[in-house]
Amino acid sequence: MTEIFGIPIQAFMGQLMLGLVNGSFYAMLSLGLAVIFGLLGIVNFAHGALYMIGAYVAWFSLETFGINYWAALLIAPIVVGALGLVIERSLLKHLYKLDPIYGLLLTFGLALIFEGVFREQYGVSGQSYAVPELLQGATNLGFMVLPNYRAWVIVASLIVCLGTWALIEKTSLGAKLRAGTENPALVQAFGINVPLMVMFTYAGGAALAAIAGVLAAPVIQITPLMGSNLIIVVFAVVVIGGMGSILGSILTGLVLGLIEGLTKVFYPEASSIVVFVIMAIVLMIRPAGLFGKEK
Amino acid sequence: MSSWFSTPGRKAGWAALALFIAAPFIGIYPVFAMKALCYALFACAFNLLLGYTGLLSFGHAAFMGAAAYGTGWLVRSAGFTPELGLIAGVLVAAALGLVVGLIAIRRQGIYFAMITLAMAQMIFFICLQAPFTGGEDGLQGVPRGKLFGLISLESDLTMYFFVLAIFVAVFLFIIRVVHSPYGQVLKAIRENEPRAISLGYNVNRYKLLAFVLSTAIAGLAGGLKTLVLGFATLSDVHWSLSGEVILMTLLGGLGTFAGPVVGAFTIIGLQNFLADRVGSWVTVIIGVIFVVCVLAFRRGFVGEFIARRKKSSAAEPAKAAAQVEAHA
Repeated sequence: MTEIFGIPIQAFMGQLMLGLVNGSFYAMLSLGLAVIFGLLGIVNFAHGALYMIGAYVAWFSLETFGINYWAALLIAPIVVGALGLVIERSLLKHLYKLDPIYGLLLTFGLALIFEGVFREQYGVSGQSYAVPELLQGATNLGFMVLPNYRAWVIVASLIVCLGTWALIEKTSLGAKLRAGTENPALVQAFGINVPLMVMFTYAGGAALAAIAGVLAAPVIQITPLMGSNLIIVVFAVVVIGGMGSILGSILTGLVLGLIEGLTKVFYPEASSIVVFVIMAIVLMIRPAGLFGKEK
Repeated sequence: MSSWFSTPGRKAGWAALALFIAAPFIGIYPVFAMKALCYALFACAFNLLLGYTGLLSFGHAAFMGAAAYGTGWLVRSAGFTPELGLIAGVLVAAALGLVVGLIAIRRQGIYFAMITLAMAQMIFFICLQAPFTGGEDGLQGVPRGKLFGLISLESDLTMYFFVLAIFVAVFLFIIRVVHSPYGQVLKAIRENEPRAISLGYNVNRYKLLAFVLSTAIAGLAGGLKTLVLGFATLSDVHWSLSGEVILMTLLGGLGTFAGPVVGAFTIIGLQNFLADRVGSWVTVIIGVIFVVCVLAFRRGFVGEFIARRKKSSAAEPAKAAAQVEAHA
């Protein structure tokens, strides 16, 4: 079998693989959004910008200090997480009592600021980041040649996603987090420091975005606009999955990446809108999204 | 008309109208004034939705942009007269608004915002790939043509008064809508949707009509803008413009009539003024204004002004009463 639906199997599987890689990024980013929205009630429009900053931190630390990929995978989430702490303490905490729309608008403003600063600093042309030595080359699977780095992205994102899911659903810390989203006042009465928890949740969500950024750095062009190009698709993913559902955002992210990859094979012109079309269809059938609960 | 405005509001309205009529004669560049008026119209359309109905559309640029392309193409390639082109643009935007609205109305608040954003992005990609939009280059060389086949709009001054006339008409129309029983229902939905439902209003139909009305006016603004500048480009449909119109409305004053106009003139003026001087920092400055607005200045210029006035007029009788007390 060398063809599938009249398309060479190599090309077909290649697109599917690309779709799965994209899906990994969708999953990681929508997961971070879900975590932040769950506890803070804020739609973090700056998420794309934090992802972009994560990639730039990796690139910058390699260019300037020669810090390699693996260290960057640790440093970028710490740096961006710290930035998240600052954002939460200085700005977001003033908004919790207001309509969630103000959180969306404030983080939108933040995204503009970050993008503008990076565009001023680095211009709009892309920077490239070399694939780390360990993951160069490709493996021949018989039916397709799989670049090692892409395989790593998929594995790494699955680890990150499932790790976050386990942290929230299976640990006592996660139980407190979930309780905090239900009834902050009551949880506070049990002696749990809710504001602290909120602060670290935002930082954690930001760190997730940064990890995605570092993982993306070797497979894409790093530009100041890379985040805003992605974030709207991720919003659509979140709406389809049903906001706030952790597992929902992971599954929806991966599946939509795959569907997008498939569309690229059969009807490339539609590949950039297929996610939005699916969103429209899903909303007509299930207004709360696939995994969401009707409120 | 007297009941529509408080007296100071009416005075300000006449003064503003006089200023707009005098603008091209006192050294304000007409093309700038026209562009700002188009965006002011766009912001008024947006305000009708967010300020009076409580619906945050994060994809309003799509409707303005789609109409900009529609009007532009029909006037340039199909030989439409400008007024027919504008009507067609309005219809295009309203039809899109109906489709997007039908889907988005099913969810509320933040979900509504994200759905409109995603649907608008779909419209953006269609504009990018459709055969007649000129892709990355946009639609160039749209003539202003002759109004009703008679009056040439090529002169900036004629065009300016045409734009001003449309703007004033639509502005008054919006005031009329907001003060109509229909507008009162919209406000009731904004304040307390469950209560409006329990009073027996078909809330979704009211919201959908408001959405279509708002997108139609946004379309009018888009079509006009194309006629004024002679081109339509992807930046007219891009989501960053959807963000800017939110900022214009918020900065001027949400849910006030003059707010969006003040906001639009401030932002367009700022962009014009800063563009050559600071380059990419414009985005940063706009972002900072956004953050400051949300944190500390949620009422906006006009909202703040009205609130101060109310406070001082409320304080005066109290003061008088206190004096009476003291004398007694």
